Amino acid sequence: MAKRIDVSDLDIYYGKFLAVQGVNVSIEPRSITALIGPSGCGKSTFLRSINRMHEVIPGARVEGKVVMDGQDLYAPDTDPVTVRRQIGMVFQRPNPFPTMSIYDNVAAGMRLNAKKMSKAATDELVERSLRGANLWEEVKDRLDRPGSGLSGGQQQRLCIARAIAVEPDVLLMDEPCSALDPISTLAIEDLMTELKERFTIVIVTHNMQQAARVSQQTGFFNLNGVGQPGRLIEFNPTEKIFSNPDEKATEDYISGRFG
Amino acid sequence: MTVTSPPQEPTAPPPVRRPGDRIFSLSAKGAGILILVILAGVTLFLLAESFPALTAPAEEIPGEGGLASYVWPLIFGTLLSAAIALLVATPLAVGIALFITHYAPRRLAQVLGYVVDLLAAIPSIVYGFWGIAWLAPRLVPFYRWLEENLGFIPLFAGPVSPTGRTMLTIGLVLAVMILPIVSAISREVFSQVPTLHTEAALALGATRWEMIKMAVIPYGKSGIIGGAMLGLGRALGETMAVAIILSGSAAGITFALISSANPQTIAANIALQFPESTGIDVNTLIASGLVLFVITLLVNMLARWIVNRRADFSGAN
Repeated sequence: MAKRIDVSDLDIYYGKFLAVQGVNVSIEPRSITALIGPSGCGKSTFLRSINRMHEVIPGARVEGKVVMDGQDLYAPDTDPVTVRRQIGMVFQRPNPFPTMSIYDNVAAGMRLNAKKMSKAATDELVERSLRGANLWEEVKDRLDRPGSGLSGGQQQRLCIARAIAVEPDVLLMDEPCSALDPISTLAIEDLMTELKERFTIVIVTHNMQQAARVSQQTGFFNLNGVGQPGRLIEFNPTEKIFSNPDEKATEDYISGRFG
Repeated sequence: MTVTSPPQEPTAPPPVRRPGDRIFSLSAKGAGILILVILAGVTLFLLAESFPALTAPAEEIPGEGGLASYVWPLIFGTLLSAAIALLVATPLAVGIALFITHYAPRRLAQVLGYVVDLLAAIPSIVYGFWGIAWLAPRLVPFYRWLEENLGFIPLFAGPVSPTGRTMLTIGLVLAVMILPIVSAISREVFSQVPTLHTEAALALGATRWEMIKMAVIPYGKSGIIGGAMLGLGRALGETMAVAIILSGSAAGITFALISSANPQTIAANIALQFPESTGIDVNTLIASGLVLFVITLLVNMLARWIVNRRADFSGAN
């Protein structure tokens, strides 16, 4: 539960193109780490390399080390499928499986682990996960309906319920609120604050107020120019980043004087 | 602010009619109506022409047993051959489509895609010749094996046809014939599964096969069914290949797939009998055509019902 992640000298490639260069960072357990920076600077790419989703894209690869509590995630004998079962992910656009009911969406990850679960145990898991995602009260009467019938915010919380149902060690969130209205955003932010008691959370966001509100640590990514690789410019406690950052570039970005 | 005069009724400006819009709308409407007219015309023709056979006394129908006993073995043969074709072709086609969309390297996938499309363009008479000249003799040893080892199942009861021109052969030829259309349509829907859904499955820790089971096949299910129905339509109506392979030996209703006694299919029977038929015989053949028409209609409605039954879960919303 809630493991620490150490990244050292990580270079991330799309084919021959070096997208992110030289990332060194330690992500603390039981806290929220926010990644901010302009579009195309490699925040999402970096996030996807933590649970080895990056390599799903043809030609994409990674050099360097990502270690989770002593376990090298890119060791030759590490199965990416196992890594993804330990590190859950929530995407920018809510993506519940359209062909499954709300219930089946939540149970999907557990069924993948090929454990035979009794109906009662599955019921219990679905309820616990939906309660964990603050969605239970809204959907308990229509668990057999398709997940795609919910509102955007509800769908995103359903995706969070699906991700936490398998009890991952780490939860990655790739701009989870950018497709949501402010009320749904607030609901997700409250939820993240609750979840950080149990999980290590890493969130990519374009919303700097959001990073300031929810996170304890913040990393700022930037690139020097088009075609240049993105870099982690600064990684510090959120309070410091937003009040007295070490780097000029961070201050410029946060105060809106970038470019 | 005081209101001194009753508020004016807001008058909408008359909609602007642009000639391009009108021409397009009329021609589209015309095309839509045309297809209905053609369908109605075909139905009326079939009904009118088969009417004499429907009302004729039983002994005037070929075989002298009445229309029902004439058509029934043909219906049986049609459905049986099409069912074999569908059972063999659909899993294979889904496998081909999955291989092309999710497993094959891009180059190979492109080549395979072309080959599959090419198969669809081969005229059915060629399939018929291939079936009778090449496939049928090579299947005979296999049929002998089936008879010896599985002969206790009525499907594989002997005696084995020495020529290999059997119901199972025609089922297999039809399967090859409909394979391209089913796999082409399955490939199309599989390639349209949103990355969003495949990544959702992968991020949950699904292997590639689990991802396909979770996201790809459920999303493409209506497409697979649609493709299978198109294939079934072709298998039901296939004339030349069946006529060549199953010529002559109309044997009534039998489930024996590998003996030389086989039921004919409706379409092949029409093709074989029509040139030598006159009078009421022609009407009988047309009546059997009407039956084929109704069967395809029912099959299509069934497919539509299957697809719509879980429309909420289709992924289209």
